[in-house]
Amino acid sequence: MDLSRRGFIKLTGAGLAVSSMGALGFGSAGTALAASVRPFKLTAATETRNTCTYCSVACGILIYSQGDRAKNVKSSVIHIEGDPDHPVNRGTLCPKGAGLLDIVRAPGRLTVPKYRAAGATEWKEVSWDFALDRIATLMKQDRDANFIAKNGAGTTVNRWNTTGMLAASAASNEAAYVTFKWARALGMVTFDNQARV
Amino acid sequence: MADLQSQDYIRRSATNLTPPSARHHELEVAKLIDVSRCIGCKACQSACMEWNNLRPEMEEFQGAYENPHDLNPGTWTLMRFAEYEDEQGNLEWLIRKDGCMHCEDPGCLKACPAPGAIVQYANGIVDFISENCIGCGYCVKGCPFNIPRISAQDHKSYKCTLCSDRVGVGLEPACVKTCPTGAIMFGSKDDMKDWAGERIAELKERGFQNAGLYDPPEVGGTHVMYVLHHADKPSLYSGLPDKPHISALVGAWKGFLKPVALAGLAFAAVGAFVHSIVAGPNETTEEDEAHARLEMEKAKREGSAKS
Repeated sequence: MDLSRRGFIKLTGAGLAVSSMGALGFGSAGTALAASVRPFKLTAATETRNTCTYCSVACGILIYSQGDRAKNVKSSVIHIEGDPDHPVNRGTLCPKGAGLLDIVRAPGRLTVPKYRAAGATEWKEVSWDFALDRIATLMKQDRDANFIAKNGAGTTVNRWNTTGMLAASAASNEAAYVTFKWARALGMVTFDNQARV
Repeated sequence: MADLQSQDYIRRSATNLTPPSARHHELEVAKLIDVSRCIGCKACQSACMEWNNLRPEMEEFQGAYENPHDLNPGTWTLMRFAEYEDEQGNLEWLIRKDGCMHCEDPGCLKACPAPGAIVQYANGIVDFISENCIGCGYCVKGCPFNIPRISAQDHKSYKCTLCSDRVGVGLEPACVKTCPTGAIMFGSKDDMKDWAGERIAELKERGFQNAGLYDPPEVGGTHVMYVLHHADKPSLYSGLPDKPHISALVGAWKGFLKPVALAGLAFAAVGAFVHSIVAGPNETTEEDEAHARLEMEKAKREGSAKS
């Protein structure tokens, strides 16, 4: 920009005049008034009830995910907070629970079943079908080999002592009841729950 | 969009215009922090960062329970831990959730020179509108509680918004909702005062004779209040001001000096205009020009002699 000395002084004067007008309260009030608070980020998010993954208290949580479950959308979790209708925590969460979003997105989170064959050193990714079939097969083999139908006195006991089960704590009362019934129906004696940990 | 728009403003930084304030039957809200029920679990800190999508830098351990060691642009609320020994030698662990107090008479807003960078809504929330922030840091100086922090990334000021986006749609702030012991409560300011009254009576029964509510009148009351077991000595709680006050400089700068400076500006402008009418521009005479030409030639000769 080619500016003469006189022109520069004129421009300085004009700048001063304009900024003085602003200082006197003639600023563009209208434009600034358009500013508002951050938009509420859950307005149209999908809300899903669930149980916290962590401890045995089993707090109810609300998982908010982006997208309305339309066919072409892959939902992803954007926010998690306490479920106010859940009798255990009534909306509250501890610091770990309040930070659950970061466990959902953690790069080290296990999201698929992995299998390490006997003698192998590497874990390899397998399908759920493979994992469940393998577990079922091994359980059946072990149960068939070691099931105790009657004790020494001839009383029916239906014990299966050689396999144990550790259930997760993130289960509702009903889910825990069903799990318990299932394990006991198989004759499993060694049965514990992470809720005791 | 949330509904807290300009019509909800009751104060706006660096503006002489009164905001429209059409919606004046707004409920005044308050957050009540019952220090005596806090266990220092930091769920509020965690929930605050989660809701506001903040993940501040990891820090080194500083030898204390505070984590991070101080408020920063990504940590809008912080648990502060103080060990206090009373006259009988009993150790008390005083844990205080630090953060913006949302003053009725906000020092940050008074000090702010950027129009609309700090606003106060009719419900009492003091909010920073980052878009208008110029990052000058005056709010830091103006705050009686040392809360705002300037970001090194975008040079704008940040602090707790009292989750204005949640409150705007009828929800409680994230820290309040998560608090597992119920040490943080939220509701209308009147309800919170009533609640605090009951709790203080309870604390007094239990031997905390000086239990009381921290709602300092020096800043017109606050929309974040504390129930303290030692309300006579708030400074025990990691330096909570006994008598918070907005720096006298802010008052002088914005109250007394501003009109003086504006008068000075106006005087200079009027003076310059009058001068240009009366005296006109600086004219040179033929004599001056001739003298200047001589000087120039002399300088040129000297210059060429040197080289």
